[in-house]
Amino acid sequence: MTLWLAVLGMALVTFALRAAFLVLPPGIEMPAFFKRALHYVPAAVLTAIWAPEVLVQNEQLPAGAVAIAVAWRWRTTFATIIAGLLALHLFAGLM
Amino acid sequence: MLLGIVPFGVITGVAMVASGIPPLVAMLMSLIVFAGASMVASAQLLASSAPALLIVVTTLIINLRFMMYSASLRLHFADAPLGRRLAVAYLTADNVYGLMLGRFAEHPADAGKFEYFLGAGLLVWAAWQAAVLGGILIGAGVPAAWRLEFAAPLAFIAISIPFLRDRATLAAALAAGLAVVLTSNLPFRLAIVAAAVTGIAAGLLLERKKA
Repeated sequence: MTLWLAVLGMALVTFALRAAFLVLPPGIEMPAFFKRALHYVPAAVLTAIWAPEVLVQNEQLPAGAVAIAVAWRWRTTFATIIAGLLALHLFAGLM
Repeated sequence: MLLGIVPFGVITGVAMVASGIPPLVAMLMSLIVFAGASMVASAQLLASSAPALLIVVTTLIINLRFMMYSASLRLHFADAPLGRRLAVAYLTADNVYGLMLGRFAEHPADAGKFEYFLGAGLLVWAAWQAAVLGGILIGAGVPAAWRLEFAAPLAFIAISIPFLRDRATLAAALAAGLAVVLTSNLPFRLAIVAAAVTGIAAGLLLERKKA
């Protein structure tokens, strides 16, 4: 039951967020403060998702640092994942 | 672009099945929710038997960025029929949005904006669903020694870095990362909420100083 409620709720919430300003009448604008706050949501939330898995005292920390450097330089998800996984195994062997 | 989606989709499929979601429900979730980050987070929450409301609230926080995308996409699709706008909404994903903004900046008066969005969106959608299906089918078949679960945070690193464009967004990310680690003792994933609030506050604070 929890599972079905969760799936349905997730679908509704996600679609509502995606459609929000695409279906509202053109005259309706976001309040300025809300718009400014929303600007920082991707940086804050996306970082908060990976930080707990990376900021720990073992090989995940240096592997995460390698991944951040690769992501910063090349901006490709695939290279980031491959480099991060290789670094994880490398540091696990070293530490 | 598709190269990045496929491993992330496979991980998402594996993570959902590993947390005990039946394969058919996992695939249904992928089709109707179509938002990987929130699906991985929900899988972890379901595994720790969190209430449905908390899962939905966590999804709301993680996917709040889509609201920002919708406000920006409206500038390009305001005159499109409702059906087309709903199609754009459903297909909005981080990488599709990023790609479109680049394209629309170069060709602001392009008449084929919808067709372009639809093409890129459907391509990403199909690759994503195929990857998730693959992950669901592989399920627990991936050797634990590969430590493939670490691919999920790695995918989020790659998705988050392009959003760090200036001092204020960098501060938002650093504050959020710090907050989520410091509040990690909170039950379930409430640390995400704490991190979102802290990160937004940090970003606004630095922006104000600059002005």
